[in-house]
Amino acid sequence: MSDSIIKIENLHKSYINGKNSLHVLKGIDIDIKEGEMISIMGSSGSGKSTLLNILGILDSYDEGAYYLNDIVIRKMSEKKAARFRNKYIGFIFQSFNLISFKTALENVALPLYYQNVKRKKRNALALEYLDRMGLKEWANHLPSELSGGQKQRVAIARALISNPKIILADEPTGALDTTTSYEVMDILHEVNKTGITVIIVTHENDIAGRTERIIRLKDGIIESSDYAITETEDSTVVL
Amino acid sequence: MLDFLEEIFSTLKQNKLRAVMTGFSVSWGIFMLIILLGSGKGLENGMEHNFAGSVKNSIWVYSGRTSEAHDGLKAGRRIKFTNEDYDLLKRKLSGIDNISGRLYLYDNLTVSYKKDYATYEVTCVMPQYSKIEVMNFTKGRFIDHLDFKKFRKVVVVSQPVVDILMKKESNPVGKYIKLGGIPFKIVGVFEDPEDAKSKKIYIPLSTGQKVFNGGNRIRNLAMSTKATTVAENKEIEKQLRNILARRHRFSPEDKKAIFVNNTLEHFKQAQGAFAGIKGFIWIIGIMTIIAGIVGVSNIMIILVKERTKEIGIRKAIGASPASVIRLILYESVLITGIAGILGLLLGMGLLFIVDKVIAKMIEGGADQMNYIFNHPQADFNIAITATLILIFAGLIAGYVPAKRAAAIKPIEALHDE
Repeated sequence: MSDSIIKIENLHKSYINGKNSLHVLKGIDIDIKEGEMISIMGSSGSGKSTLLNILGILDSYDEGAYYLNDIVIRKMSEKKAARFRNKYIGFIFQSFNLISFKTALENVALPLYYQNVKRKKRNALALEYLDRMGLKEWANHLPSELSGGQKQRVAIARALISNPKIILADEPTGALDTTTSYEVMDILHEVNKTGITVIIVTHENDIAGRTERIIRLKDGIIESSDYAITETEDSTVVL
Repeated sequence: MLDFLEEIFSTLKQNKLRAVMTGFSVSWGIFMLIILLGSGKGLENGMEHNFAGSVKNSIWVYSGRTSEAHDGLKAGRRIKFTNEDYDLLKRKLSGIDNISGRLYLYDNLTVSYKKDYATYEVTCVMPQYSKIEVMNFTKGRFIDHLDFKKFRKVVVVSQPVVDILMKKESNPVGKYIKLGGIPFKIVGVFEDPEDAKSKKIYIPLSTGQKVFNGGNRIRNLAMSTKATTVAENKEIEKQLRNILARRHRFSPEDKKAIFVNNTLEHFKQAQGAFAGIKGFIWIIGIMTIIAGIVGVSNIMIILVKERTKEIGIRKAIGASPASVIRLILYESVLITGIAGILGLLLGMGLLFIVDKVIAKMIEGGADQMNYIFNHPQADFNIAITATLILIFAGLIAGYVPAKRAAAIKPIEALHDE
């Protein structure tokens, strides 16, 4: 067993739209070790969202291979995909994607509902995770009553509650101001320290600069995959 | 399971008005179905009440006048029945269970008990008669073969006769009442299921013919047949006409020489008509429910569209397509189920009230209601059927929306800002 949590070899993906075929990913190789904190950068149309969707088993790929925790992820039934997502992956989105009519607590507990955890137990666990995010007092508030930073922290708690191996964050700070963005990044660092692999898709250099490694995509291929030299407060660092 | 309901209720609570409006169409459908079925049953009960007095496969034969010349005899001849007709039919007519001759002793007969008296029609019959006309005996028995053979002066009366003439007697059986001055012993008291107020008095035909100078005359004949279908009963009727036509020398085609009343035919005709009405009612009811189903389905489709994002989130965090289908399907079943049961209860409640009101009216003397509309109830089986239809309806209503929900791709749902 290797220490790679995610291994991608020569990944291709095209979208067929009528007669036009759009080749989005043109042979990508990535090896992500367990416990890494990585950012994926690239301009729009570079294929970073597609890559994230494939990593999150939300989308399939055409060619190549994708190993998640040494298990090959090939085209699979939706049911199986749902189980994999539930077990291995926690999602964080730019627009938070909390269910609007459920309280913070219920939102956090939802993944456990799909694992058939008893209500009492999952609510207790959800409260614990909210407490870790410093949101215990907000447990019974609806998302509409929370600030952006609070919402994202609820979303992080929800991503963490199923004890995933990987956190996939799609522009997690895209809708937040700088201060809150850093707060969220701090939390993700904390999460990473517990051994969970964190993958962030972002187009903000300073956010990417706070991760250990930056993978840059351009036109469907990897342009560079560099380890950060230092963590600096200067957000203009170019790697 | 409880968890699951909780999950559904939390979404239903989201939009109470919509849930109520959606449910209303289904409630209304079931309400109408129950009311229609109940009313149909009420009419049918009224119809059946009309037939309650005699067994349903009976034939009644009345004598008339010939309307055409036949066998060298002129038209307009009066046909008269005697004991010989009875004997002949009993011997020759097949398919007969019970047969009885009847003779009426007309109005002027004074019936008295001690100092009370009244005038009633007295009917002379044979022992088998109790198997042709339905009588519910509360005390004693009907005329038996020994009474008949030995010309006994015994009498059977309906309850109202006792109520009027023998108010003080706790047990009238064994007491003597006078018919035209001649004492007859009461052997039985009965209730008439067709008309609880009818005043009827029966004595043995043999006694009647002897005591009241009837000779061997019979006024008409009543019989019950073994037939179960109208065709069989019709065949018996034809045979009967032929036998009597030969004996009395009238044309078998002469419909006025004798009159035959075939209750099975009437009953089946009425039954057929009501089966038609019933079928019609079911069709209307089911159409109404279908309209409800389409309404629910429509609203569920809109609902799924509105909830695309939520369903996408659920799928991203581990909801399987099956669980999404269940979520929508059960919601639909829950709405239709609860709404339907509400409509069911309302419908049943209304029928119950109407039933009570009619019972009051009948008690208050509106006797004719018995024959028109009585006990309008949608029975338990219908309620069960309706409930099953509802669950089925909910499943159908939810199917298309659920399929759509399950097909939602989380990526598209989530990137759809």
